[in-house]
Amino acid sequence: MAEDNILVMEHITKEFPGVKALDDVNLEVRRGEIHALIGENGAGKSTLMNVLSGQYPYGSYTGKVIYEGKECHYKRLSDSEKDGIVVIHQELALIPMLSIGENMFLGNEIKNKYGVIDWDKTYSEAERHMKMVGLKESAQTLIKDIGTGKQQLVEIAKAFSKKVKLLVLDEPTSSLNDEDARMLLDLLKEFKKNGLTSIIITHKLNEIEYVADRCTILRDGSTIETLEKGVDDMSEARIIKGMVGRAMDDRYPEREHHVSKEVALEVKNWTVHHPLYPEKIVDDNISFHVNKGEIVGFSGLQGAGRTELMMSIFGKSYGTGIKGELFIGGKKVTLNNTEQAIHHGLAYVTEDRKTNGLILKESIRFNTTLAALHKVCNHGIIDVDREVHEAEVMKDEMGTKTPSVEQKVGNLSGGNQQKALLGKWMFAEPDVLILDEPTRGIDVGAKYDIYCLMNDMVSKGKAVIMVSSEMPELLGMCDRIYVLSEGKMAGELTAEEATQERIMQCIMDVNK
Amino acid sequence: MKVRDFFKKYTMVIALVVVFALFSWLTGGRLLQPQNMSNLMLQNGYVLVMACGMLLCILTGGNIDLSVGSVICLVGGFAATMLGKGWGTAVTIIVSLIMGLLIGMWNGFWIGYMHIPPFITTLGGMFMFRGFGRVILDNKTVAISNKSFLNVFTSYVPGQMTAVIVGVIIAVVVVINTVRSRASKAKKGYRQNSIASDYIKAFVIAALIIWYSFKLKAYKGIPVMLIWVLAICLIYAFITSKTAFGRYFYAVGGNEKATQLSGIDTKKVYFIAYANMGLLAGLAGLLVAARVGSVNGSTGNSFEMDAIGSCFIGGASAYGGSGTVGGAMIGALLLGTINMGMSIMGIGDSWQYVVKGAVLLAAVIFDVISTEGQS
Repeated sequence: MAEDNILVMEHITKEFPGVKALDDVNLEVRRGEIHALIGENGAGKSTLMNVLSGQYPYGSYTGKVIYEGKECHYKRLSDSEKDGIVVIHQELALIPMLSIGENMFLGNEIKNKYGVIDWDKTYSEAERHMKMVGLKESAQTLIKDIGTGKQQLVEIAKAFSKKVKLLVLDEPTSSLNDEDARMLLDLLKEFKKNGLTSIIITHKLNEIEYVADRCTILRDGSTIETLEKGVDDMSEARIIKGMVGRAMDDRYPEREHHVSKEVALEVKNWTVHHPLYPEKIVDDNISFHVNKGEIVGFSGLQGAGRTELMMSIFGKSYGTGIKGELFIGGKKVTLNNTEQAIHHGLAYVTEDRKTNGLILKESIRFNTTLAALHKVCNHGIIDVDREVHEAEVMKDEMGTKTPSVEQKVGNLSGGNQQKALLGKWMFAEPDVLILDEPTRGIDVGAKYDIYCLMNDMVSKGKAVIMVSSEMPELLGMCDRIYVLSEGKMAGELTAEEATQERIMQCIMDVNK
Repeated sequence: MKVRDFFKKYTMVIALVVVFALFSWLTGGRLLQPQNMSNLMLQNGYVLVMACGMLLCILTGGNIDLSVGSVICLVGGFAATMLGKGWGTAVTIIVSLIMGLLIGMWNGFWIGYMHIPPFITTLGGMFMFRGFGRVILDNKTVAISNKSFLNVFTSYVPGQMTAVIVGVIIAVVVVINTVRSRASKAKKGYRQNSIASDYIKAFVIAALIIWYSFKLKAYKGIPVMLIWVLAICLIYAFITSKTAFGRYFYAVGGNEKATQLSGIDTKKVYFIAYANMGLLAGLAGLLVAARVGSVNGSTGNSFEMDAIGSCFIGGASAYGGSGTVGGAMIGALLLGTINMGMSIMGIGDSWQYVVKGAVLLAAVIFDVISTEGQS
């Protein structure tokens, strides 16, 4: 081997029911480098790291993981941690009500020979590691009392306490402000001098050139290329091209455009605050509109405030201190709960179909009618025969593959669950259909069916809003695209002027 | 239907039949004597009534109401005291039921609108209402001597033969209903179950009704309390299985967030579950007071556990979202049969507790394991 590689992942393929999350992915990480792993949402970055850490145990994927020259068969997280591989996830795994020291040695407690925890040693060890990462706090401070930036440092200090050799950081800076982010990156460079190897997953492309020695780009579960600093061009524009540069084929059904001049839904100066931290603004003074017969897309990275915007419009289902005006069909309305929202012709198909959309232990029939139960009721009494009939009609219309509408929704595949969820909202006959990540985690065929349904909706003069992190699908389906970034409106593009590069550019311009 | 599916669907019915047969044999047939058969329903009347209310609470997410035993003491004690002071029957019943409803609304308000955990809210209620009950009773046993009040709950419908006549009429109605439902489905072209399964079910139910009506006839006829209890069970079976309102309890227990995003006021669902539980606990208080004929400070002690146990034994999920009134009734009768069977055999209270506890645990373990097996 010419290069001194600490880690080689060869031909990694990982399948979930209905989707290939990783398809023959290769990754080489040299000893002592900072390696950036980049790609769009859903490109497979986190999945790859879960394969590495043993979160997805050996045997649940195909391919080889070679670490320190040896092939690894990690069955669980603790196996890889024993070898010095530590993954720090985007959602920090710290317990708020415990102290920094307690968190750092959780599951790995310093005990005397009788099995009793030695607190003095725990706290002094903790503070030694904290010093290494430049964290000036008492080890007895509770996690909830320090900010996200410092919590991130605690995670890294914790990694050091586990004698880390390969540190994986999944979007470490996504929730940090610029100053904290820069400090963290500098810290990584400092560790590099001491021989630590890091893999960093990030969406903030401007960080890559600053911190990374090499970067590997993933797209749709495949490795696209690896760029090296000093050898290849590692500018943002070059990386964006690698991330999104895919050939567009006819994965989107043809559609006649019949955008009416009539506005279906208009939002003016909409501001939403975080429900737990009311001082934090999630959506800042956003205005947009969608016409009858129009599909409008919302693009942006995770955390841009798109879901929060849609949910706050849909009967104030998210956030506090919501300000702004809402017009439906030209009339100003106030929607205080979901019942009113549905009554005014809105439907919101949630991003997370399993936790927020469907009742998994109930049948397709039960789920189909839930948002508009009155349609199969006489004076509050459900006509079950009619309900079965309506559910069957909806099932056929959506093309849900199932033996019967009495089938439990939890037993369906992801694509069919999504169709069942769409059927539920179609049954409510909305005028404005809001779809949040409608094709996440479903296969190409089911995606196509869902696109066709969207086209059907607009051909009937309804309006559709599609929130998606997959730019190609927005470009393929939408008449207009709004771009959100960090809670602000970053741009509005017509179908003609929109390209992936321009969308990315809008996002970057706001970030700067 | 495959044999395995059949067993799965009717597990608790089969369990009830097995337990019933076992005790019939162990007691040398004494369990089947008309007096015991009649009493089985009356002894457990309050459990059946409260299980209907408890089921709604459990459906919302495995939540229970611990305060109902104390509500029985408070409402029963109130009724006994007021009757003693010369209140009329109708006024006493109406005011008592309103009192139960208000207590339920108190619990429901904290649970539904203030998000106080049901366990804590009703544990507080359990102490408070027991205390109030003792205050009203002044720590004494208050006997009820008002004949017209007692008659409303404990008398028998005149004419023992009416039991058989009513039984036969109900049995015929059950069969006719099955025929009509099949005809209407066929006319509209809807899917339906096989002829055999529909008719076997209808005839088994009809036969049971007629058999039981002969037992009632052989003792004293139809007890009025049975009418109260069955009416409540039927009303709640209807609400939970046939109405939009009832459907919401299952939806909240299945996935509260999804239900809320479907335009349903989930807070109101919690509120109504507990308000209704209070109302039914109030009614149960009247039933217990009338049947025993007196109320004291420990009336209703641990009765909440019978109601909760019945629901879980009857297949209600400990996580909410599934369970039926029919199941809860079977659960109540299963517990009742065990009680009565062991009493006839002369086995003491202590062992009855052990067996009841074991049956409850076994039923929930079975539920958890069988749902895990599916996913």
